[in-house]
Formats: sequence, C-alpha cells, structure tokens
Amino acid sequence: MKRVLFLGATSSIARALALCFARDGAALYLAARDADEAARVAADLNIRGAGLVRSGSFEATGYARHTELISHAARELGGLDGVALCFGTLGEHFNAARDAAYARDLVTENFTAAASILTEVANYLGIQRSGFIIVLGSVAGERGRAGNYVYGSAKGGLALFTQGLRAHMARSGVHIMTVKLGLVDTPMTYGRGRSLLAVSPTTAARGIYSAWRRRAEVVYVPWFWRPVMAVVRAIPERIFKYARF
Amino acid sequence: MSAELAQHIPPRELAERGASRLTVTGWGRYPRSTAQVWRPEKLSALSAALANASKPVLARGLGRAYGDAAINGGGSLIDLTRLNRMLAFDSQSGVLRCEAGVSFAELLQTFVPRGFFPPVTPGTKFVTLGGALAADIHGKNHHRDSSFSKHVVEFALMGPRGEIKRCSRQENSDLFWATLGGMGLTGVILEIEFKLKRIESAYLECESFALPSIDHVLETFAEHDQRYQFSVAWVDCAAGPRNLGRSIAMFANFAPADRVRRFIGGHPLIVEQRRRLNLPFDLPQFVLNPWTMRSFSALYHLLHRRGERRRIVDLEQFFYPLDRLGNWNRLYGRRGFTQHQCVMPVAEGRDGLIETMEELRRSRIPASLAVLKRFGEQQGMLSFPMPGYTLAMDFAVQTGLAELLNRLDRIVLKRGGRIYLAKDAFAQAELVHQMYPNLAQWRAIKLSADPDRIFSSQLSRRLNLDSGRADACGALPR
Repeated sequence: MKRVLFLGATSSIARALALCFARDGAALYLAARDADEAARVAADLNIRGAGLVRSGSFEATGYARHTELISHAARELGGLDGVALCFGTLGEHFNAARDAAYARDLVTENFTAAASILTEVANYLGIQRSGFIIVLGSVAGERGRAGNYVYGSAKGGLALFTQGLRAHMARSGVHIMTVKLGLVDTPMTYGRGRSLLAVSPTTAARGIYSAWRRRAEVVYVPWFWRPVMAVVRAIPERIFKYARF
Repeated sequence: MSAELAQHIPPRELAERGASRLTVTGWGRYPRSTAQVWRPEKLSALSAALANASKPVLARGLGRAYGDAAINGGGSLIDLTRLNRMLAFDSQSGVLRCEAGVSFAELLQTFVPRGFFPPVTPGTKFVTLGGALAADIHGKNHHRDSSFSKHVVEFALMGPRGEIKRCSRQENSDLFWATLGGMGLTGVILEIEFKLKRIESAYLECESFALPSIDHVLETFAEHDQRYQFSVAWVDCAAGPRNLGRSIAMFANFAPADRVRRFIGGHPLIVEQRRRLNLPFDLPQFVLNPWTMRSFSALYHLLHRRGERRRIVDLEQFFYPLDRLGNWNRLYGRRGFTQHQCVMPVAEGRDGLIETMEELRRSRIPASLAVLKRFGEQQGMLSFPMPGYTLAMDFAVQTGLAELLNRLDRIVLKRGGRIYLAKDAFAQAELVHQMYPNLAQWRAIKLSADPDRIFSSQLSRRLNLDSGRADACGALPR
C-alpha cells in the first residue's frame, strides 16, 4: 500500500490522479489551500473506494509550515511513500506581461514555492532512502513563447530543478518523475478556445499513473506532445520569436 | 440587462473569470443558442459564477434534455458536471449525499459492485443527479416506485444571491415540492441526498411478449405490472390500421444472485464493460426516412416474435441500450430531432393513444419506435409523471412537424394529460399552462424564492412558465 501526499489536491488533475492511486488501495493525504474543498474531495475519494484519506490546509508560499505539513501527513498515514506536487497557477499572461508584481507572484507560486517544498520533500524521502516524487509541469516550460513566457519560464525552471534533483537523488532510491502536461480540459484552460488536442483530467491522470508505474523519469501527457515539442524546440529562434501563440 | 452587455466582454476577460461563450443545444440538437458558460469546480467558484454571470442564469448538467430546457440563449449556463463529489454514504440505509454533478454512470460504477442501484434510472446513464431532480425523471419502474424525487430525502439549493437553503419534506417544503420537476428554475441544485436500492445481482430476468394491438398491450400491463418491478413496451408506430399499436412488451425483475451464478457464471454484481462506439459525423438526412423506419420497426417486431421470451440480461443492456452508441443523436442529421412524450390518465388512455397514433399515421411524418409505459403516482408540482399511460416518440425536425406536434398536444390536453417539458421544444404556452394545473401555485413559490427572475431558461421563456402575471395561467377555453 502506497501512502501519498498530494500538494494542491483540489485541482482536477490531482483529484483524478488521486483516484487512480485510491483504486489501487493507496492511503492519501490531500493538502490544498482551501481545506473545505480538500475535505470534500477526500470524502469523494473515500466513497469511490479509497481506504484511508485525510485532508488539511496547505499554502504553497507558507514556507514556515512546509516541514510540519510533511511530518503531519506522514503521521496521519503512518509513513510516507510519495508526494505528488500538483499546485500551480496559469494566471493571465496579459497582466503578467505588464505588471511586475503580478509576474513575480506567478513565478513565486509556480517555481519558488515548488522548489522550496520539493527540497523539504527530498530531504524527508532521502533519509528513508525510498519513495517517489511526481511533479506536474507543463509543455509551456519547453520554450519561451510570447503568449505565456512568465508562466512558461517558471514551469521551465521547475523542470530544470526537478531534473537536477533527480540527479542529486539518483543513488537514494527515490523515484522522481517530471510530467510535462499538454492541454488538459481544466479551469486553467476553460474558455480559452476549445482545442482538439485537449484531453480530460481523467485521461491525463491515467497517463501520469501508468508512467509512474513503469517508473518513467520524464513523461509527456498525452504522449504526442513529445514529438510536437521536439518540433517546437527545433524552430530557429530568429523565426520563432515572431510566432504569436 | 446583460444579453447585449455580455456580448461585449472580451473573450480574454471572460476566460480570466472562468467562463466561455459557447453555442449550446439540448440532446436533440434543436434549437441551438449561444450563452456564457461557466464551469466551476469548487463551491467558491460556483458562487462567483452566479454573481458574475450575465443574467438570466440556468444550471446545466450533461445536457440530455432534448429541447430547450437546458439552454439559455443570451444569458448564462452554469455547467455543474465538475461539481461531482460524493460526500457521504451510509451502507446500512443506502442513503447517499452527493453534489448535483454526479452522473448515473458514476453511481453505477461506484455502487453496483457493492450491491446498490439508483432507485430510479432514466434510459441513459449520462444524466446528472441535478438534472434528474430538476426534471423529476422516471424509469421503467415508475408504476411501482414512482419518480426519482420520491427517493430524495433532502437537497441543498442555491438561491439568486448565493444563499444556500436545505429543502426537504419538513424544511422549506414549498421550495422542495416546487424544485422537484421545477426544471432548475428555483435555483441551483447543489447537493442531493437520496436513497439507493439494494440489488443482489447486476442482471435482470426479463420476459417479453409480442402483442398484436394496443388493447393487448394495456391488458398485459394491467396483468403483469404488479409482478414486475420494470416494464415497458416498444410500439411500432408505422403499423397499419389493422394492427394499430402492435408492440413488444418487456417485463423484468432483478435476478437473484444464485440464478445469475447458475446461468451466467462469474460474480453476480460484475458486468463486463463493453466498448462504447462513437458516431464521428452526422448521418445524411435521407438515412432515416419513412421506408427505412418502417422496415426497421417491422424487422424488430419479427425478430422479437421469433426470439426467446425469457432471458437474463445485464443491466447495461436492459436499461441503457442506446448508450453503447456514444452520440446517437447524430443519427438524425444536422437539423436535429425532438421527442414528443405525453401522459394521459388511465381512463382516457386507450382512446387517447389510438387517437394519437391515428393522427400520426395521417400526418405521414415518420416517427421512430415509440415507447409506452404505465405510470404510478405524481410527486412534485411540475413533475411530469402522473397516473396513466405515457407514450414517447422521436421525430426528425422537418417541415410540418410543429403543426403535427401541436395537434398531438391538443389531443393530450383534451384527454386530461400533459407533455414532458424535458423533451419539448415546440409546445405552445397556453396549452402547457392548462396541462399543468399546479402551475399558478408553483409560480408563486418560484417568484418568492427568485423575485427578480434571475433563474430562467429558454424553455421557461418560450412557455412563459414564470410570468409575473398570475392570470396568464388561468384556464383558457379548450
């Protein structure tokens, strides 16, 4: 039985991923900014077949309380085998490109806060020399684009951080997986034009879960974003900089 | 305000607030209209959506109402399918509390393996509980178990200013009875507490009869309905005058676990999941025409006459045969289709059904297979089901259809019956007002709960359901 801590557990992808773990008998601790919502999700997972589910509040930028959260979750679950980092904010790029404070907050939420708690998590799992970390990133972090470079750079930074952490922990027995999500039909993307490429949170979660089971290190979800991003990365900068997306 | 103003909110700002402008239809894909659509995933997002949405507003589930019941051109829709958390379940009593966006498909997936089944289920599992309550849906067990709302213990309703009221038979009972079958016009149904039924197996023992006329069908219902929990008849509407109303009647009960073990094998509560097919495009208009439909019906009739009369089938096959073809609404082509479903009291039922089928035959507009069933008691003020016979027929949208449906509606009204609002797209306001005798009382409750008429749908405006004028629903000469 796996004991998993979800950070940002009320996001629709986190909820669907938690259900995948729950169906295989995992025990879950759901941490989210809105504790009432986390409790509702916990009740839901419980009825849908999860064994042990606990929930509590978690503020990504409340750095002082991160260690406490990890040990609290471990106490509640009787140990900790893994952490899924699922929080993040897309924000509104229109604002981020004009308002420095807005841009700073976006980077803090998506990168600084994530790097901070990942460090704590790695310390915890490193000591027990086992476990796993799943980090939800984005294909937006693959190349800076005019349409979302603030969010994209934070996610890109997070991908580099995770990559480095994986190297750092390579001999520790801790499995660290970077997920590069493409378009998923969530509130983050709702209303921004419907795309044929978008998948449901359930489909995305199944992709993440099966990648985790085969101990993938870096996974694109859905898979076709790997070749798509290879093409996007290959476009020469002097042409790419004029692309408007 | 706002229909015009809403147009001017740039899409980017709309998206920032979590909404989208979409062209939306019911299941019949007629009519279609454009509205702001909000899809909250948290309670706080729902309150924000209600406050910020351009008015009027309507909650929507999976959009399986056929006509304009769940569309809101020029206003807003709040898509509740992501508010689908199950909140509490008591395995002793079977009482489940969950958010309104939970679908029957999710209920089945979660509860059938544990030996529970919804107390009432519609003919598709892609319906939310909120929609089930708002339309007060019925199933093949209506003659025994009545409609969905009979099994509802309590629900939470969000009012026009975001305030939440608990409604039950004891608490806010006016609002309770007005919301059951109230087509979502009294507020946003948030949470529902209702009672699941215990089942021993996921299979049904069914018995079917090929019956040559309407009299045989009604007789068979009278004879068998008490012994069977589920009953329904498929009527061949294209049959000639000599065998008007010839049908296949089907009766079923859940099969005992030991019989399933003996005849099917495997775990009695587990049904093998079949692949769902999707129709990737609209079929051209000519595919469903009078000749193909006639031969369909005759063939169906013939096959059943030869086939075995008693068999054991799994609940997916029995309750949701059409769900296997993902979007079968595309069978009817781009122009869409509608369903005419009526109920007529028992005493008038036979003559009313004959008159309806004769009218249909004279019109030369082809109807698909029709479904006939006997109803039990009525629940909510605007609930469709009432004691009597219900007949449902699908029609492709075409010239002359509105006139035919109007003639059918007049027959229904003359016989003291009514039509089902969740299927309707064509009925005239003054006929519907006479069909629903509790409308004036319902309207008073609706207006006290929602005095500014924040909640409204294309259906409610077309049928003038919540008009402020109390006299508008007075009896008109028949």
